[in-house]
Amino acid sequence: MIKLLKTVWRWLDDRLGISVLLSPAKHIAPQDAKWWYVFGSATLVAFIVQVASGVALAFSYISSSSQAYETLLFITNNAPFGSFLRGLHYYGASAMVLMIGAHMAQTFLFGAYKFPREMTWTTGICLLGFTLAMGFTGQLLRWDSTAAWSVVVAAEQAGRIPIIGDWVARFILGGNTIGGATLSRFFAIHVFVLPGMMFAFIGLHLWLVFRHGISEPPVAGKPVNPATYRAEYEELLKKSGKPFWPDLAWRDVVVSTLLIIAIALAALFVGPPALDKPPDPSILAADPRPDWYLLWYFGLLSLIPERIEGYVMIGFPILIGLFLLFVPIWNHKGERAASRRPWAIAMAFLSVIMIGALWWEGQHSPWSPNFEAQPLSGKVVRATTGPVFTGAQLFHDKGCLNCHLVEGFGGRRGPDLTHIADELTHDNLVIRIVNGGTNMPAYGPSLKPGELDALVAFLETRKHSLRRQEQQTETASSSMAATNE
Amino acid sequence: MNTSLVESSSVPPTETPQEISRRRFFEKLSIALVGLCTAIIGLPLVGFIVAPFFRKVPEKWVTIGKPDDFQIGKTVAITVTDPSSLPWAGVTAKSGVWLRRVSEDSFIAFSANCTHLGCPVRWLPDAELFMCPCHGGVYYSDGKVAAGPPPLPLFRYDVQVANGEVQMKQAIVPISTTL
Repeated sequence: MIKLLKTVWRWLDDRLGISVLLSPAKHIAPQDAKWWYVFGSATLVAFIVQVASGVALAFSYISSSSQAYETLLFITNNAPFGSFLRGLHYYGASAMVLMIGAHMAQTFLFGAYKFPREMTWTTGICLLGFTLAMGFTGQLLRWDSTAAWSVVVAAEQAGRIPIIGDWVARFILGGNTIGGATLSRFFAIHVFVLPGMMFAFIGLHLWLVFRHGISEPPVAGKPVNPATYRAEYEELLKKSGKPFWPDLAWRDVVVSTLLIIAIALAALFVGPPALDKPPDPSILAADPRPDWYLLWYFGLLSLIPERIEGYVMIGFPILIGLFLLFVPIWNHKGERAASRRPWAIAMAFLSVIMIGALWWEGQHSPWSPNFEAQPLSGKVVRATTGPVFTGAQLFHDKGCLNCHLVEGFGGRRGPDLTHIADELTHDNLVIRIVNGGTNMPAYGPSLKPGELDALVAFLETRKHSLRRQEQQTETASSSMAATNE
Repeated sequence: MNTSLVESSSVPPTETPQEISRRRFFEKLSIALVGLCTAIIGLPLVGFIVAPFFRKVPEKWVTIGKPDDFQIGKTVAITVTDPSSLPWAGVTAKSGVWLRRVSEDSFIAFSANCTHLGCPVRWLPDAELFMCPCHGGVYYSDGKVAAGPPPLPLFRYDVQVANGEVQMKQAIVPISTTL
């Protein structure tokens, strides 16, 4: 039997050239390319997970504006393994973004983008762009209220492009508004256009890896000299190189296995992202947010000054993209070791800090009003009748609490008013409420007689000293009660 | 090594000037035919994807109710269905619009899209303000900007009272903010 199988294999291998096809896997690579070098293959494995889970999901997903939401409900709630597959696709995307980030950071800090691997880096940057585009279009295919409104936000952003902005925006929307043409175009882009580009660029990227070889770990004091590098690299491979398969590749297999296990566990135990309300644009109680990998950009756009916002919206991605694409062109030789490139370390470190901080802000989005704010409790108001009580009710009803915190309750869009009476006098409070201020509407025209007095009466109770007195009284009362008992 | 092999095989040493000219002709012919094939397939393909968005769809009047359905001084959310929608649009053919009856025969229909980034603004009736959940843009009841990042007032759709009905021009997403 084994003999027969071997004969069949030899025949197939001869006719199909399988061994020849796989021979690049056995190319000689530097023996020190160890655990730091696993992120590229992990990204590829995450991509394969995406292709496999995406193809499976496409068996049930209908890319119609009217039916996609129902098919997603079916996949999540009824289809065998449907919820698991959706989770696999979501966490696979997350893993791909994380791994591509790690791969990029390692390549940058190891100076592996320098001669002769400039275009290997550049094709990798294109793949980063495609991956983020896949992430965004993938979120839109989760065709719920958030997705539908995210299309509008994307169109509005595109609308700021000079001259062609309106056309690009209409192209994104699929017309003058969200409708039948909107989802199918994102489906085509997500399922055919972008993956096609990615297959092509992954092929090119891998071809360049084989052509120029896996970069050896950098050595401080041994700069890249384009005139001599290739000969030195060949010499190194002759001296101490090892075949990539299996001597080095086993580490990639181990890490990729762990990655797949992590993705599967997250899909199984955390589950896919919950679906929001149906994609009905007449439901106006929606609060669109991007998925986590673009949350930092949402944070950035929310924090930059309004007067430069449009320029940043359009210019920032272009500038970052151009910078990343051209890094190896103007910095293609010299030291590779991070220890001799303090600016490289600073840049990588600052990028992580910046993206992390913006992500944190995006996650908490203090600039968004809190529409869920409930009326203040009696414990916070410290009055059950009279103008202070009425003022506290008005503070909620007039939307003040959506933007202001009082003793930890409310929104964070505006200043915390827990102790506002320590900072503003009676007259200042009146002026501020009537005329508004920076980022605050003028309430003068909409307040009825007596309402202004009630609001000010409530705010005047927001004092350190009053709060302390009340706390002391409370403490004394409870002590007396305890003594009496 | 490979390069020299390719070069030596592509130009045989015995080639005459006529053969070179013939070869160049075939090269150019092949490239031109590839270009022609690309155009035959590619132009309709691009046109299919792009052309519909150059076509002007006439905005139609949509009936949204009778005047008595709306109280003077009140702002309410109304649902408008796109009369030009594709048959498979489903719920996405609907749009939300804020309608305010200003007087006996005067109505204002506000787009629900914040002029900052298009998020749906909400009406707070007690505060008489529109507020955006995304970045905290605030508008007064007449749509003027009250606070936050919106650069423009809320977009208004045309409204008319005709034949005892309140009608508004089909709701489009206003792409109003440019650099």
